[in-house]
Amino acid sequence: MTGDPLFHDGVDLVDIGIMGLKVVVAFGFLLVATMFMVWFERKLISDMQNRIGPNVAGPWGLLQTFADGVKFFFKEDLRPENADPLVFRLAPYISAVTAFLSFAIVPVGGVFKDVPGTTGTVNIFGRETFLQVADPPIGILLLLAMSSIAVYGIMLAGWSSGSKYPLIGSVRASAQAISYEAALGMSVVAVVILAGTLSTHDIVAHQAGGINTWFLVTSGVIPFIVFLIAATAELNRPPFDLVEAEQELVGGFHTEYSSIRFALFFLAEFMNVITMSAIMVTLFFGGPAGPIFFGLTWFWPTIWFMSKVMVFLFIFVWFRATLPRLRYDQLMDLGWKVLIPLSLFWLMFISLKELRASNDWNWIATYAAAAGGLLLGGTLLITALRAGDRAYQKDSEDA
Amino acid sequence: MVDTIVFLVAAVICLTGALGVILARNPVHSALMLVMTLFGIAVQFVSQEAHFLAAVQVIVYAGAIVVLFLFVIMLLGVDTAQNLEIGALPAQKWAALCFGVGSLALTGYIILAVDNPVTGRPGMGGAIDETANVRLLARSLFSNYVYAFELTSLLLVIAVIGAVVLARKPVKQLPEEAGR
Repeated sequence: MTGDPLFHDGVDLVDIGIMGLKVVVAFGFLLVATMFMVWFERKLISDMQNRIGPNVAGPWGLLQTFADGVKFFFKEDLRPENADPLVFRLAPYISAVTAFLSFAIVPVGGVFKDVPGTTGTVNIFGRETFLQVADPPIGILLLLAMSSIAVYGIMLAGWSSGSKYPLIGSVRASAQAISYEAALGMSVVAVVILAGTLSTHDIVAHQAGGINTWFLVTSGVIPFIVFLIAATAELNRPPFDLVEAEQELVGGFHTEYSSIRFALFFLAEFMNVITMSAIMVTLFFGGPAGPIFFGLTWFWPTIWFMSKVMVFLFIFVWFRATLPRLRYDQLMDLGWKVLIPLSLFWLMFISLKELRASNDWNWIATYAAAAGGLLLGGTLLITALRAGDRAYQKDSEDA
Repeated sequence: MVDTIVFLVAAVICLTGALGVILARNPVHSALMLVMTLFGIAVQFVSQEAHFLAAVQVIVYAGAIVVLFLFVIMLLGVDTAQNLEIGALPAQKWAALCFGVGSLALTGYIILAVDNPVTGRPGMGGAIDETANVRLLARSLFSNYVYAFELTSLLLVIAVIGAVVLARKPVKQLPEEAGR
């Protein structure tokens, strides 16, 4: 049997209650985490830039985000005259809902032992269940589906504002998201091939045997690096935040939004940062895996999970504080000419490795064939890129 | 019982979306209605236990193809309600009417003529064991239908190359344009 053991013997009221509890806890956790993430980002950036940052509302400025949130509620809700009324109202909800939904597949705790697929459950009210809101058979594909639906939120917000800068911002955003989703998807597939399953719970269970079983190591760091870069681009975080480049586009797609609608976009953006960090931990860093010391056994995995997520939240803020924004053509070059070929090649290499292992092929012959294929493909690709550059230069000289 | 309710809700979503696509005056609204239809179909896939197809439906159709539609609509600036009487082909309306009635008649005939719609054959997308979903699909795609699969991907590559060639700027420009 696969999936959450909660539903294995039928569904009764207690099961539904546990489900509701999980949803509420995840919802509340995300909201609170977002609040502190905003504070964390502002505080950390001000540290890196030798400033003090928010320090008035509450101890160390901790309540600053709360104050901002309350202020958003009481602001006037403006709608531009040219805006499309229905779509203008719909767009922020698409952003926020997709941001909430993608967190549902992240396993946030549970003790995973070395045997894959059997553990990772906790006992709530006498029922065995996973510490994640949902474990659908499509698992990680839900993240890709939600991130592709999230594009609508940004795109429709920009279009429905009936104004030029938001439209340009949203067109940039959707082009960027579509370009980087390919690289993102392929680095996910590398992990899926190794794990042999799409379910996030099983992916985590495969990494329970210590650091050398983490997919970061077994997939050979490259899928992780590609995923990190592509995720930063998907999140429209610096250095890929051309979507809201202040100098060029005022505020990008949300220029015309105010009050609580703007707050929803803001919320979605920060929640997506948290979700992407959590997904990276799940895919490459063993999720809640880690040593268990003393006391409550179910408590430690959640602590490990949170600390790993914190590291990635720090990295995202660090990116923002240190890296300058890319130019648009550099963004597209990096996506299409570097990340996609790299992840495609690495995907084929990993598949070959798995095939060799399962069919017991001669390893010298296999890797010789791989090297030959790499040489041929690489030469073709470099020739094509050179030819493209030459043609581009010739065109610009002629014009 | 649950299946029936899910089917009915999803069918209403599909049909509302489909009607919306042709009845909405604004092309962007039409595209959004198309997304609604695609979601309805994804729900139908899930209720048939074809989870993978449902995910792919959302990722590929709703996530990429309709986004491209919207992209084109926004870039070409046709995103306002237009008077359809101007510039329409005269025969188009009648041709559309004929095809519409024809396909409706065909659908009706199929519903009436087939007395037992249950074939008893297992579905290819929906699996008996839910973890084997992807595996079964991949097996049939890369064994029985491998030529069709490869030909389709070849077709897509040709389309991409064609688009790139068409979209490239002409190398030689007319003298009066070169000064710009």
